[in-house]
Amino acid sequence: MTIKRKACIAGAYEHPTRKAPDKTVAQLHAECARGALADAGLTLQDVDGYFCAGDAPGLGANNMADYLGLTKLRHIDTTDTGGSAYLIHVSHAAQAIAAGKCDVALVTLAGRPRSEGSSGVAPRLVTANTPDVPWEMPYSPVIVNMYALAAARHMHEYGTTSEQLAWIKVAAAAHAQHNPNAMLREPVTVEEVLASPMISDPLHKLDCCVVSDGGGALVVVRPEIAARLKRPVVNILGAGETIKGQLGGHVDLTWSGAAISGPIAFKEAGVSPADIQYASIYDSFTITVLMQLEDLGFCKKGEGGRFVADGNLISGVGTLPFNTDGGGLCNNHPANRGGITKVIEAVRQLRGEAHPKVQVPDCTLALAQGTGGSLGSRHGSATLIMERQ
Amino acid sequence: MTTPYTERPLAPVTVDAATEHFWTQAKEGLLCTRRCTSCGEVHWYPRALCPFCMGDTEWCSLSGLGTIYSVSVTRRAGPIAYAIAYVALDEGITLLTNIVDCDFDDLKIGQRVEVTFKPAEGGAMVPMFKPA
Repeated sequence: MTIKRKACIAGAYEHPTRKAPDKTVAQLHAECARGALADAGLTLQDVDGYFCAGDAPGLGANNMADYLGLTKLRHIDTTDTGGSAYLIHVSHAAQAIAAGKCDVALVTLAGRPRSEGSSGVAPRLVTANTPDVPWEMPYSPVIVNMYALAAARHMHEYGTTSEQLAWIKVAAAAHAQHNPNAMLREPVTVEEVLASPMISDPLHKLDCCVVSDGGGALVVVRPEIAARLKRPVVNILGAGETIKGQLGGHVDLTWSGAAISGPIAFKEAGVSPADIQYASIYDSFTITVLMQLEDLGFCKKGEGGRFVADGNLISGVGTLPFNTDGGGLCNNHPANRGGITKVIEAVRQLRGEAHPKVQVPDCTLALAQGTGGSLGSRHGSATLIMERQ
Repeated sequence: MTTPYTERPLAPVTVDAATEHFWTQAKEGLLCTRRCTSCGEVHWYPRALCPFCMGDTEWCSLSGLGTIYSVSVTRRAGPIAYAIAYVALDEGITLLTNIVDCDFDDLKIGQRVEVTFKPAEGGAMVPMFKPA
């Protein structure tokens, strides 16, 4: 079975808030759900599939489904691979729709890490009995230094430079200046990235994504339903997912899970990286983008630094416009999980609804890529390829 | 520029069925992991079942010698800078650790290192690495 053109993204909504001290996480989920259903032209009563991950408060989907008032559910999926989970949710929703298990799937994400004071340098959240924790926690792994280990190795192995990584932030900032909701709207230069404080060698402050409150939601539907709605139809063409870890101690930081999830998605979609007109690439850190671009095949392994340099990711300037909303680096990283905003901006591009300054002309084929967890230890990777019908 | 190593407090370690022997050995100044009794491969971190073939495993000792696979000096995640690293042991497994007892600014990937042990709250000795 394939999911190619078996399901469509009919609704997409990004919460405009970036700081929500007076709202609850559940409320943010609900506001995102309302926004995405309204965008699709559907109602609560149409939803028969619900997808959420670890940011949703409560036991799996139980508490949020009840809070949202979802009474027609016949398919539930709480797959959690960190920030990449929501791309997997879209894929799983397409699979469920293709299998006849649901017709209208709702995916929600929301969180308030900014209001709650949880940043990327705080110790990662772990649960009791997580088997790797006793072997790693004594060494104070935090989110940023585990990504930094991947960056340091990439530099050692391939000669990648801090200047090249900085170009990724420069491109994101060039886009964010046109997004009125973006948390950071000032354009930045390579020099400014390099002059920002060193957090964990070789990652500077401006190599790191923002910490923001907010959320997003998506509505995935059967093609027959999408055809009846008023919005442009966005087909799902292919998807891939995997988990990469430490390989029993044969640690290799030179590649990410995108090297596995990407080819699966491209094969199902029947397209190649050269066909992609717009790419949303998970940007928890600049190195995350660079490694995923290589692993997806947009350039050869080790050539990511040269590929991203000189504005190649800037819409209207380079060959591969990326994260035209400003991405996690500048716009939004709700719940410290950026997967859903990657899909949302790809949908905007395919609908022709991105900001005119960053809209890719006649954008008919887009990719969204997520990495969730840690590039330096264990992460889930998900790739999604979409087309405008 | 120099960034000298500074001792930082280490929280008590987790002692359970998976780790107890390891911490006992560490107090003796010994580093160990587990080897598969079926396929013979050593792995890290230690598990009761081999991650390569699901065979049973047994404890085995390690030389404590290796090279730095990757290293990052974490400067802004707390009051004390520290060096987190992956060290590739001569036995062919790579483990997450800290590099200590040196000027962090001199650390390089590929550098030879040897195990040393630092005390945690509660009395456990935590294996870390210093330039060899």
